[in-house]
Amino acid sequence: MNSPALFIQENKEVQTNLLSGAEAVLKCLLEEGVETIFGYPGGAIMPIYDQLFQYQDRLKHILVRHEQGAAHAAQGFARVSGKTGVCFATSGPGATNLITGIADAMIDSTPIVCITGQVYSPLLGTDAFQETDVVGISMPVTKWNYQVTRAEEIPFALARAFYIANTGRPGPVLIDITKDAQFESFHFSYEKCVRIRSYQPYPQLDESKSDEAADLINNSKKPFFLVGQGVILSQAKKELIELAEKADIPMAATLLGLSAVPTDHPLYVGYLGMHGNYAPNLLTNECDVLIAVGMRFDDRVTGDLERYAKQAKVIHIDIDPSEIDKNVKTDVALVSDAKVALKSLIRKVNRNEHTSWLSEFQKLKAIENETLGGSIDGRLKMGEVIRELSAQTNGEAIIVTDVGQHQMVTSQHYQFKNPRQHVTSGGLGTMGFALPASIGARMGQEEKEVIAIIGDGGFQMTIQELGTISQCGIHVKILVLNNHFLGMVRQWQELFFDGRYASTEMVNPDFQLIIKGYGIKSMKVTSREELNSKMKEFLNHKGSIMLEAEVEKEENVFPMVPAGASVSEIRLK
Amino acid sequence: MMEKQFTLSVLTEDRAGLINHVTIIFARRKMNVESLNVSTSEVKGMSRFTIVITTTREKIDKVCGQIRKLVDVLGAFVYEEDEIFYQEIALYKVPTKVFLNGQNIESLVRNNGARILVVEEDHIIIEKTGHKQDTHDLYKKLAPFGLLEFIRSGRVAISKSKRRTEAYIKELEESESNSLSIKDY
Ligand SMILES: Cc1ncc(C[n+]2csc(CCOP(=O)(O)OP(=O)(O)O)c2C)c(N)n1
Repeated sequence: MNSPALFIQENKEVQTNLLSGAEAVLKCLLEEGVETIFGYPGGAIMPIYDQLFQYQDRLKHILVRHEQGAAHAAQGFARVSGKTGVCFATSGPGATNLITGIADAMIDSTPIVCITGQVYSPLLGTDAFQETDVVGISMPVTKWNYQVTRAEEIPFALARAFYIANTGRPGPVLIDITKDAQFESFHFSYEKCVRIRSYQPYPQLDESKSDEAADLINNSKKPFFLVGQGVILSQAKKELIELAEKADIPMAATLLGLSAVPTDHPLYVGYLGMHGNYAPNLLTNECDVLIAVGMRFDDRVTGDLERYAKQAKVIHIDIDPSEIDKNVKTDVALVSDAKVALKSLIRKVNRNEHTSWLSEFQKLKAIENETLGGSIDGRLKMGEVIRELSAQTNGEAIIVTDVGQHQMVTSQHYQFKNPRQHVTSGGLGTMGFALPASIGARMGQEEKEVIAIIGDGGFQMTIQELGTISQCGIHVKILVLNNHFLGMVRQWQELFFDGRYASTEMVNPDFQLIIKGYGIKSMKVTSREELNSKMKEFLNHKGSIMLEAEVEKEENVFPMVPAGASVSEIRLK
Repeated sequence: MMEKQFTLSVLTEDRAGLINHVTIIFARRKMNVESLNVSTSEVKGMSRFTIVITTTREKIDKVCGQIRKLVDVLGAFVYEEDEIFYQEIALYKVPTKVFLNGQNIESLVRNNGARILVVEEDHIIIEKTGHKQDTHDLYKKLAPFGLLEFIRSGRVAISKSKRRTEAYIKELEESESNSLSIKDY
């Protein structure tokens, strides 16, 4: 499909820029500062992989074991680094295997760019071998997608992809490139995208609205901050804390907001939602001004909306205008980047003290600790394993969790210190997320230990990524909390389905043997007595390692707001 | 909340696949679209969607927000009946012999603000523009003559607002919302 005219070029300068579409893709990635790609090859993307061979010195490719793993790894990379994660897959099954990861990135606002190969453009729509309409399939789960059928569209499409993925509210972008476009040659030049007229990612803060919000806060007796991932994405930790300290306002975090504020900050009152802490859930229905920052009032946070914060004036800060009034009616909306809005509020909000309001949180916290603390006996409990981990890592590791009880227990017990330290699948709740995401998290930063915390169920959903860890020598620590059940579902069966354990018991393989097969070091801890020393050994090991903790089989996670109940109905047992 | 008929006017870049993008937003919420019209607009490279839907104010505002969020959408606006001028076009095919039989069809057409588009040997085609009620009224009157075929377009609407599309686009092109600027107070 090469156009002969393009080859007959007198001008040497231009001649050097004559590239194949495949090579152009890699050049674009380099222009965007990409260093690492997670992917899996196949027929329709072979021209790009062939070029990758030439670019090995500049672009590192991590060969995953399943394309879902590539997408999750790209997510993990993006979540810890703030940079855009990149993944490659072939057409058809390669592309459809990415979809779960793309949907996850969409709902958790994670910037990734997925590049898929596609069949030759004349074959589009003919049910050609490995043809699937991935642009159509991914439409509802991408922030933007585009099909390239001519090489010359590549710089345009990729420049847009990177701009869209990581501006405003971040999200996944998919670029589908036909095989002929990868082979075709054209004159390459690259210009970064800085503006798209139909896309306004950073709405300007309306100062009159922030005046109104400041007024509400200044007149409030019981103000309360709900902290979401938006605070992390806009790097607004400092501003949030400054504002909270100035006006003496307690702060609670959503699942994705965890680590935005250090867990040990005196004004931090805990974790929100279905398995969140007692005080912040209960007091949501007692506060008089609710200030939600970069969060979207997910149903796992609000419980029954009809009985959610009805007494409070609601201030909602979000960069995405469609989030305003979507679930909770707002009194004052600040449609803006969180950092910008908080900076404006710091100026307008008065210094204040809310001692008696804060003491209400303390009182309820004491009740929670008394009910759930107590002495522990019998088999290892998930909470004590996580507390041990938290203590021994000084709350400084990067924690990547899967989905289920272990995820909720980690959210409750790990003492996070810094933003971007917590990576989980929140909105989609994708089992199998943690192992591949931890690979990405490791590639996204080098200073911190990466610890994947996974249940025995979720571990087996993407267990093949052990192969990636082993082949690429990726240094991640894997903590499997083995309760021999799909624990979270079992808990619901026990509480709401009269204990009918339909298909939740797991007959697991010997994980020690499996890990061994992959050439990764493995350990097991079964008793309280050896927890401290085994954890130490696990953490001191240089290189990848798995620690399997045999925990209580039928432990339930509390507190809990049953599905459909009000946050006021939070249960401690 | 009360359901009402709303007209949604959506201005988009002229790009393949956008119809799908817009319509899946309704499908996902199981909202039934009553009529959908897409055509190029007065500005080059730009399309306009006119969507009619009966729902509540709250729902239409949320859906409009989701549509506005699409990267290739330039603007989306919700209108109630009194904020727009709108029309639909209907075509009616009746047997020519009805006409020749001295029936009063010609005056019927004239008195109903319709016109005859073509006269063929075996059928004539009548056209009428108006609101649904008007085109439906004529339908009822023509039905007894043995209507062969009837078709009605989706709604097209123009808002009563004074805003000019060109000016609106210019505003978008010059807006500062393309990048983040953190002010230090
Ligand atoms: C891909 C996928 N399938 C099913 C579910 C439903 N689900 C949520 S939690 C859970 C159990 C998880 O079990 P396990 O991984 O062993 O973790 P535990 O809850 O025991 O800590 C299941 C099946 C899900 N979240 N994701």
